[in-house]
Amino acid sequence: MNPTVKNTREPLFHVVKHAERSTKETVVLRLVAVLLSIVAGGLFILAIGQNPIAVYGTILEGSFRSQMAIQATIKFAIPLCICALGVTLAFKMKFWNVGGEGQLIMGAVFASFFALNFPNWNHWVLVIVMLLAGCIGGGLWGVLAAFFKVKWGTNETLLTLMLNYIALHLVSYLQAGPWRDPAANGFSKIARFDKNVALDKVFGVHFGWIIMLVLVAFVWIYLKKSKQGYEISVVGESQDTARYAGIDVKKVILRTMFISGAIAGLAGACQVSGSDMTLSMGVAGGVGFTAIIVAWLCQLNPAMILVVSFLFGVLEKGSSVVQSTFGLSSDCADVLQGIILFFILGSEFFVRYSFVGRSKKGVSR
Amino acid sequence: MDKQKCAIRCSGITKTFGSVVANDGIELDVQYGEILALLGENGSGKTTLMNMISGIYHPDKGQIYVSGQPVSISSPIDAQNLGIGMIHQHFKLVEVFTAMENIVLGTPGKLPGKKALKQQVTQLCENYGLDIDPEKPVYEMSVSEKQTVEILKVLYRGAKILILDEPTAVLTPQETEKLFAILRQMKAKGCAIIIITHKLNEVLSISDRVTILRKGKSVGSVETAGVDAAKLTELMVGHAVSLSIERPEPKDVHTILKVVNLTVAKPDGSKGLDDVSFQIRSGEILGVAGIAGSGQKELCETIAGLLPAQEGAILYKKENILGKSPEQIIDLGISMSFVPEDRLGMGLVASMGMPDNMLLKSYRKGKGPFVDRAPAKELSKKLVEKLGIVTSSIEAPVRLMSGGNVQKVLLGREIESCPNLLITAYPVRGLDINSSYVIYDLLNQQKQKGVAVMFIGEDLDVLLELCDRILVLCHGKITGVVDAKTVTKEQIGLMMTGEMTEEEKKKEADEA
Repeated sequence: MNPTVKNTREPLFHVVKHAERSTKETVVLRLVAVLLSIVAGGLFILAIGQNPIAVYGTILEGSFRSQMAIQATIKFAIPLCICALGVTLAFKMKFWNVGGEGQLIMGAVFASFFALNFPNWNHWVLVIVMLLAGCIGGGLWGVLAAFFKVKWGTNETLLTLMLNYIALHLVSYLQAGPWRDPAANGFSKIARFDKNVALDKVFGVHFGWIIMLVLVAFVWIYLKKSKQGYEISVVGESQDTARYAGIDVKKVILRTMFISGAIAGLAGACQVSGSDMTLSMGVAGGVGFTAIIVAWLCQLNPAMILVVSFLFGVLEKGSSVVQSTFGLSSDCADVLQGIILFFILGSEFFVRYSFVGRSKKGVSR
Repeated sequence: MDKQKCAIRCSGITKTFGSVVANDGIELDVQYGEILALLGENGSGKTTLMNMISGIYHPDKGQIYVSGQPVSISSPIDAQNLGIGMIHQHFKLVEVFTAMENIVLGTPGKLPGKKALKQQVTQLCENYGLDIDPEKPVYEMSVSEKQTVEILKVLYRGAKILILDEPTAVLTPQETEKLFAILRQMKAKGCAIIIITHKLNEVLSISDRVTILRKGKSVGSVETAGVDAAKLTELMVGHAVSLSIERPEPKDVHTILKVVNLTVAKPDGSKGLDDVSFQIRSGEILGVAGIAGSGQKELCETIAGLLPAQEGAILYKKENILGKSPEQIIDLGISMSFVPEDRLGMGLVASMGMPDNMLLKSYRKGKGPFVDRAPAKELSKKLVEKLGIVTSSIEAPVRLMSGGNVQKVLLGREIESCPNLLITAYPVRGLDINSSYVIYDLLNQQKQKGVAVMFIGEDLDVLLELCDRILVLCHGKITGVVDAKTVTKEQIGLMMTGEMTEEEKKKEADEA
């Protein structure tokens, strides 16, 4: 009758969940992750036959060596930061908006419409109309996914993702068709905007950076202090609780996705009128996706998003210099970026869990 | 045949989760042919211990012996191979499968033929005195039949050691008796049984021995024959506790809410509430009894405006509140404290601190686009002091609090909004004895202030002692509204299964 007793050994290690770690421990953990990522990146550089210290030095030097370099670095950071702030609103509501890319593009398209058709308007009227148009374009693109979600319960991740491609190929249609530059000798590209369109420069960089700083403050206050921000947190945490508290969940989802998309759209408007001076397929260039990583990396903290976006700008600008100096292809820079992200995102696991070995009984902490 | 009588022995079991020591050097043993009750307040580590025995967790320290041999149980499969079977509180059955299909599901080896399987199951039923139709699909079964299938599932896998986690929570008194008869028969067949329950009278009636846990430590094992409920409570809590609940006389009673012919559909289209009519009166506590899922949830949520009704009316001071939004209903002063199984799932926001949770229903009140947090902070501090809420800081997320404190936060908020109707669903579910009595006192205070209290409960003993009237639900229908002072537990038990007393039938006919 007695069951056979099989004496198995205890597994080599098991994963144990922590109590909440203190802020200090978390910061130390993240710093260690950054150091490790630099070491691992260095090994990679070594493996392709370059001197890691020289390459890292060039990245830093490349992004800070002159005023122009710093300005270029900031220019990289602007759309990324703004877009990350946009998706932050949606993520706070646990609405998985991965459509920052598409919303940015639609903002750019709407802004370009005015830039191409009314270049002779009064400069400030035109700039304001363009920026507003960018907000509306991105906002509508964002609200589209939210509308289907609240109406029929569609999956927002798939929908926002697919809308990215629609937006991208809309640009391809526009540049091949209605908006094609007749002066481009049959090339399918959109004409360069009139000078009157350009966003004014403040300290050498188009004033998108001021918009970025204002948005950092806006998003922080909106989420932390406003009633609407409070509603977003409650809806994100539990829709049942929100309904119970008398919050109109559908309204909150639609409203938040409009604002989320509008902010991304604003990034697009700034990009075409401040930086690119035309609309092209590369207007977003993956910024909408990197923004998702930035937003998560910063745990949806607007101030951190500003810092991390700048660091991404450094990496981006620095690697372009590395490309020309060392003759490395741009793919190498992407690999470096990937390594760094891998380590930092990986450290999040250790914030919450740790491994406990077989020999060491009991949990360290 | 092994002569070894000891089924399970746990020696010095320790398990920590982060900084929380859930089990601290626990000693426990159970013999074949014995029923052991595991008793302890919530958070005393019962479930953690049982999860280690059934292979879900691994102890940090200590050794588990099965039939005298030291073993390491690293998965539920290991536990199954060792003859350990766990019956969870929430059934894990495939609704569209029949009893025997569920029983055989997931067993290794070739699937026996239908005929052979039926024979095996019938044989097993005969052996242990169980009664089930092997070919009945689960969705047609009552709760107690489903439980029988769960028991058969572990027996089919050759379990000789059974662990039951609060098996009676979903049963009527009659069904509980039936379950206990089955357990006694299994004990006679030489099985070892560990039963976890909060109800002391059940511990006394079913078990041979009781092991008591307090704050993660085993405080001792006693022979059931030598103790009574008061002694067990003392062991469990650590000091003597009075077990009687106060029931102040209701005064100034008048009807405040009238529910008329209310019919509500569940999401799956079936009727959650079926033509329900009753009244809620101020200054009294109306208890709601019924087997889990008899329409209690629908009743609360419809009154709070969260669920639309198909038919009927809810009259609050002669105004029909059906079809009003929760916001409008909150403004009328109908405050509902609804505590579902997942306590933090509805009434509170788990990741927020106390002040933000205080704001949940009142954040709209202030002018302007910003939330005014200052009054919420004041209120939090006041509640911490008044109700003795234990928390590291008022800003700490409420999910880090213990169940009793979470409940105090929720109930405190609702009471502070000065409601005239307070609906509480399972307010003491999962709370330890001390916290439960604090909650009962709070409800009684509200009653004396003239608030109408609706108390949806599961422990009939508590309902009988605390409430003035008890409404009994069965399959969404009211099978009776009775005076709690005169009705017996058995009568309510019968009503819970749909047997209306002649008197009740007559009364209902008169009312209609």
